[in-house]
Amino acid sequence: MTEPTTGSHRREDEFTSERHVYEPHKVGLPPLGSYARELWRRREFAFELSRTTLRAQNYNTALGQLWLVISPLLLACVYYVLVDILRRRTGGVVFFAHLMACLFAYYFVTDAIRQAVRSVVGGGRLILNTAFPRLLLPGASVITAFWRFLPTVAIYIPVHLAVGLPVGPELLWLLPVFALLALLGTGLAMVVAAGQVYFRDLKNFLTYALRLWLYGSPILYYASEVPDRYQFLLVLNPLAPLLTAWSDVLDRGMAPDPLDLAVGALWATAFVIGGALFFISREREFAVRL
Amino acid sequence: MSSLSGSDRTRIRVEDVAVTYRTSLEKAPTLKGTLLRLGRRERVIREIKALKGVSFTVPHGKVMGVVGANGAGKSTLMRTVAGILPPTSGRIEVHGRVSTLLSLGVGFNRKLTGRQNVVLGGLAAGLTRAELADKYDEIVDFAELEDFMDMPMRTYSAGMYGRLAFAVAVTMHPDILIIDEALSVGDARFRRKSFERMRELCGEDRTILLVSHALGSIEKLCDEAIWLEKGRIEMWDEPHAVVDAYTDFLGVREEEEDPVTMEDV
Repeated sequence: MTEPTTGSHRREDEFTSERHVYEPHKVGLPPLGSYARELWRRREFAFELSRTTLRAQNYNTALGQLWLVISPLLLACVYYVLVDILRRRTGGVVFFAHLMACLFAYYFVTDAIRQAVRSVVGGGRLILNTAFPRLLLPGASVITAFWRFLPTVAIYIPVHLAVGLPVGPELLWLLPVFALLALLGTGLAMVVAAGQVYFRDLKNFLTYALRLWLYGSPILYYASEVPDRYQFLLVLNPLAPLLTAWSDVLDRGMAPDPLDLAVGALWATAFVIGGALFFISREREFAVRL
Repeated sequence: MSSLSGSDRTRIRVEDVAVTYRTSLEKAPTLKGTLLRLGRRERVIREIKALKGVSFTVPHGKVMGVVGANGAGKSTLMRTVAGILPPTSGRIEVHGRVSTLLSLGVGFNRKLTGRQNVVLGGLAAGLTRAELADKYDEIVDFAELEDFMDMPMRTYSAGMYGRLAFAVAVTMHPDILIIDEALSVGDARFRRKSFERMRELCGEDRTILLVSHALGSIEKLCDEAIWLEKGRIEMWDEPHAVVDAYTDFLGVREEEEDPVTMEDV
């Protein structure tokens, strides 16, 4: 509780330990500076919540881990066969590697969203009875999604090597691309977490929306194969530039197109800032909405 | 702390606070419902004025009791002081570390064990892991739930639930304690124990806001009391005077003090 705050009598001490002033928020937003400070100070809560969730999902047992590996692997195989039949062509092992890599990246982003949709509504009593930055709840969902993503990396690596895809310093480009994917997932996680409070059937709609998103993203096909009349799908899809960059780095061993990176970064930043502002402006209402 | 004087000794200052919130009449708000209602102009939102211009102060070390009928705004007032609900207008100033024990308790996720709930609740409230580790045994001791801490909270009885919540709130050694109808949890023995603990806390250098329907407890524990009625302060006085006026108002006053209204109900 002895957080060193510079000047203990600042007006904006929203959650901090010693002096609290509660006033109506102008335009619905609490003082963002102290909000961010408290968010960081209580980050342990998000990690602990994520750990607890993972334990409940048997993440810590061998079979639970195995399931996290087998399930996406089977899925990749199913989609591979499906695409191979539909396109009447031998996609080859390189395509299989592409499919796997992009499918797993897609699952990381959407897993964060799926975990987040119940995060606020499921936090019932805690939200009613404790004052804390509610962004920690969708934050924990993103952390959970990250831990569930890790085992899929382990199964992708042997495939990547077996197929003989390039291994080199270009692979370092994966880090910024992954960071942008995480940002995009975080932004959407915040939106759906708050949205579920207002529309309790959002979860059901989300199932369909995420399925459509899968088909509209360059996962089951390469971005370069999309005919002109469907190009708008790639332009309007925040995930498309990031997955294109992801696939460029992994399948072709080349640096991503700067345009893809820039557009992807723009989408991701927009979603994170917009999502966070939307969430924070709504969060004080959660207690009366649950 | 004791060197504070004058107006600096005010721990909780509530100035003309109003809380209005909109609530939905639907049983669960849905997107589908909203879309289907489009163009039909049905009103499903109701505005609730839970508090209307409430002002009071609690000085350092005092115990303030809050009484009032169901729906008078007591819980809303507690949540506003705890910083959970924002005031619609007015201003609240709180000096000190707050621990809240509202009627709904700590266990927010019934699928998680008692231990996980205590740890997560504590971390959310801003405690560090080290502080939690320090307090953990004390909490379990007080709640007398040693055998249950590693079981999911859905296996707990209502009494055990309340005991754990009470133990957490009183163990955190807050400067300011907000307690909402929590004295009547558990069996007779635990009730005695929690009443003793409350008396102890009230005697200490601590500021307490105590909401209770147990009017006897209010009289015994508090230094001052307020009576909330329909979101306004009807009376702010000595606990005896407030309890007398309140029981008169309720029409439950009898020749002798009625044990049903005076004690934990």
